[in-house]
Amino acid sequence: MRFVNFRTAGIRLAVAVAMASQIAVAHCEEVSATIDNFTFEPAQLTVKVGTTVTWKNSDDIPHTVVSAGKFRSKALDTDDSYSFTFTSTGDYKYFCSLHPHMVGMIKVE
Amino acid sequence: MSDHDHNHNGDGVSRRKVLECMTWAGTGVLWTISGGVPHSLGLVGSAQAAEAKGLTFLQISDSHVGFDKAANPNALGTLEEAIGKIKAMPVKPSFMIHTGDITHLSKASEFDDAERIISQARLDVHYIPGEHDFIDEEIKLYRERYGRGTKGSGWYSFDANGVHFIGLVNVVDMKAGGLGNLGAEQLAWLADDLKGRSSSQPIVVFAHIPLWSVYPTWGWGTEDGARALDLMKGFGSVTVLNGHIHQVMQKVEGNVTFHTARSTAFPQPAPGTAPSPGPMKVADDKLRTLLGTASIIFKPGEERLAIIDTPLQG
Repeated sequence: MRFVNFRTAGIRLAVAVAMASQIAVAHCEEVSATIDNFTFEPAQLTVKVGTTVTWKNSDDIPHTVVSAGKFRSKALDTDDSYSFTFTSTGDYKYFCSLHPHMVGMIKVE
Repeated sequence: MSDHDHNHNGDGVSRRKVLECMTWAGTGVLWTISGGVPHSLGLVGSAQAAEAKGLTFLQISDSHVGFDKAANPNALGTLEEAIGKIKAMPVKPSFMIHTGDITHLSKASEFDDAERIISQARLDVHYIPGEHDFIDEEIKLYRERYGRGTKGSGWYSFDANGVHFIGLVNVVDMKAGGLGNLGAEQLAWLADDLKGRSSSQPIVVFAHIPLWSVYPTWGWGTEDGARALDLMKGFGSVTVLNGHIHQVMQKVEGNVTFHTARSTAFPQPAPGTAPSPGPMKVADDKLRTLLGTASIIFKPGEERLAIIDTPLQG
């Protein structure tokens, strides 16, 4: 669909190429977060669209990473990881569904 | 402790006295209902058990079968020790309640191992789930095994020897930033379940996460627990038995006695004494002194209340 637009509007094409290149760069970004002592660290992260965030559980107790309606990991045992790639902007509040006092946020710009 | 009614007219049994009274190193809480009144016997020996008239039952909690980390590399082994002590009891209790976290990761093999060991006690077991029992992909293993005849996510009630037992589930649909959760459907069921009951009937409520606010900073409490307790306000004797926090806590508030039991798997720190509520590693020779459960002794109309530690060892 997009390619039709590219062909019919040079300006749109230029914009689209610029955006695409930006996304391509963003796609390469990977950010790590930890779960340690019943805490998401860092508690708040700001990332660009396309970034993949990986949480690793360092506790001796399983945890989950859940953002209602957005993403949900399975229970992560010790040293298990979960990754999610953020493809649209917004504030993603998340928590551990087993220990709901554990909360965090990913701001995607 | 040949007579747990001693010090009847005093200020109540002092903790020290209760500890002196302890004659066994047990693992569960043995409750007896005499004349409709729950007492705890602390799994003591024959002298005390002989006093048990009517109903006796046992509470174990937080077996975390499958846990193998530093705080206790063999949680199945300590569960087996606990069950061994129960098997050796001179008087067989009527049944057992398990207040959740049977398994560590809700694996089929963990449920199977737990069943294999716990069934050796040859007692009926009334289970309610902990959050660790509901983390398999389809959340079905607990329900397949223990959900028969229960409502909603696994709550139910039953009567035994004039006492009304209510098993609640507060580990489902917990909200971000919140605590344990009962939910509107379960509370409506509870209201209905209590409707028309005589206020003199003793109530025993059991659930995994404490129904009262033990330490919300660590999530140790139930968001709508107070609403459940409101429904029991008219009853003369309410006993709330919980697990989850792997240590003894108790509180008396009006007609309600709150009590949390120990784990058979690993201890957790006292509120606020560690960076997190995670499993607490202690010296090997100390571990069994922190596993097991504890008990409450109480009688209606009296403020008298005592904690009895019943560790696996010491």
